[in-house]
Amino acid sequence: MSLRIPCPICGDRSVHEFVHGEIRRVPDHVTDPDERDLDFAFHHDNEEGVVTERWFHAQGCRRWFEIRRDTTTDRIVEPSES
Amino acid sequence: MNEFVERQMKLTWRPPKKSYDVVIVGAGGHGLATAYYLATRHRITNVAVFERGYIGGGNSGRNTTIIRANYGIPAAVRFYQRSVDLYRGLEQETDRWLMHQQKGILWMAHSEAAVRTERMRAKLNTEFGAQTQFIGPRQVQELCPQLDMSGGGRWPVLGASYHPQGATARHDRVVWALAEGAMERGAHVHQNTPVEGLILDGERVAGVRTAAGDVAAGAVVSAVGGHVSRIAAMAGLRLPIRTHRLQAFVTNHYRQQFGPIVASSELFFYASQTARGEMLLGAEIDPQPSFSYRSSHDFVQDVCRRALCLLPFMGNLRVLRQWTGVCDMSPDYSPIMGRTGVDGFYLTTGWGTWGFKAIPAGGEQMAELIATGEVPELIAPFGLDRFARDRTMADRGSAGTH
Ligand SMILES: Cc1cc2nc3c(=O)[nH]c(=O)nc-3n(C[C@H](O)[C@H](O)[C@H](O)COP(=O)(O)OP(=O)(O)OC[C@H]3O[C@@H](n4cnc5c(N)ncnc54)[C@H](O)[C@@H]3O)c2cc1C
Ligand SMILES: [Zn+2]
Repeated sequence: MSLRIPCPICGDRSVHEFVHGEIRRVPDHVTDPDERDLDFAFHHDNEEGVVTERWFHAQGCRRWFEIRRDTTTDRIVEPSES
Repeated sequence: MNEFVERQMKLTWRPPKKSYDVVIVGAGGHGLATAYYLATRHRITNVAVFERGYIGGGNSGRNTTIIRANYGIPAAVRFYQRSVDLYRGLEQETDRWLMHQQKGILWMAHSEAAVRTERMRAKLNTEFGAQTQFIGPRQVQELCPQLDMSGGGRWPVLGASYHPQGATARHDRVVWALAEGAMERGAHVHQNTPVEGLILDGERVAGVRTAAGDVAAGAVVSAVGGHVSRIAAMAGLRLPIRTHRLQAFVTNHYRQQFGPIVASSELFFYASQTARGEMLLGAEIDPQPSFSYRSSHDFVQDVCRRALCLLPFMGNLRVLRQWTGVCDMSPDYSPIMGRTGVDGFYLTTGWGTWGFKAIPAGGEQMAELIATGEVPELIAPFGLDRFARDRTMADRGSAGTH
């Protein structure tokens, strides 16, 4: 089965109904304004482990929400685990 | 397979030394090709490749092995054509049978818009050295009699761009031949030896911390596929890379010969027949960034639904195996090769879903850069600095899925 994303409104739905939204954070140590723009436009944490991310339920309730997911297993991490 | 090749190849495994001229992280195709061309073209053999698993255990041993040069921007066409040419000579050069087979690739068009795109692609490819022509439905049918030209009634084949040099080769033979070629000239390959950190000397990278101890290096090359962000972070770099899974599957034996490689941008899948007669299918990446090797049933379901429009005979076949790799996707669907702004640290990444065909040219060019200190013209447009310079190499349409 494909990844199921837990929409707070609609419940678990196939990942194909959603649009992935990364939460982008330019690290504080990047101070030069041009470097910050470059980082924001292109760079990713691309983390191996638990990440917080946003998803848009495009083919459902059309709401944005946040979840935590382990990118090494694709398991959704419950808020209580963190 | 691996034990078999190792026995056949009589490779000598040596313990890691305290220092090398060049340390390459990752024994996939790109890392091994870099070592191979450093040895064969530049006589640089004080080189080690550190691999956390086994040779070819990453994407280089998991891909659908399509080799072609029909890309969408001039710099890419030139670069991939170089790789197509090197692949054609690689069996002779390494004296190993790589099961390289030229099959031709047909890129179908099912709409007027796609016909225009494929016509343009054919012109551009030919102009920059990768012979391609647009052909009509009759010729397409001749090249691939199994195609349902009505596309199941919904995806009629209005024509295709045909790239006769499209080919496949056996992936693990390619990586092992490169490993052997590098090792018999003196390079070391260390399997089961992950690189866990980089040794920094002020601002420059001066070596690697491995599971088998610290190793000094004149140059460190990251060739770690989907795991590149982690290595780059050790050098203080953030990269324009996101890792996504890509899946593929094969069916059981199909009795007829299926000649060419077929692809469709509108149906988003591609297919070819393996030497064992299996039908091998691939498609697009999974939507979420991920390092998980899990495969999904709905991938097979979805690809079959689309493939059956063009290849109805597949309805009588069974899916035998399915697998996944984790791909280093760049934002412009072009590779990232060369210097990094950090002294002593080089990258070859952004190989995404399209880097198997690039193994010989990627290795050759990286080796030239490291040996001469000059960025070769062929890869100059693909440097990491292009994002800051507003010179992205957007080529999604042709890098697409394979
Ligand atoms: C299903 C699928 C189909 C594909 N189809 C095609 C195709 O038809 N045509 C095409 O051209 N391309 C295709 N590709 C893409 C192609 O496989 C890759 O782009 C190519 O193999 C990349 O080679 P590489 O050497 O950069 O990476 P890899 O082969 O992934 O090698 C990287 C190596 O680095 C090792 N490593 C990682 N971290 C460390 C560490 N810390 N220390 C030591 N070693 C480490 C890994 O174990 C791995 O062996 C496909 C990919 C997939 C997944
Ligand atoms: Zn919803």
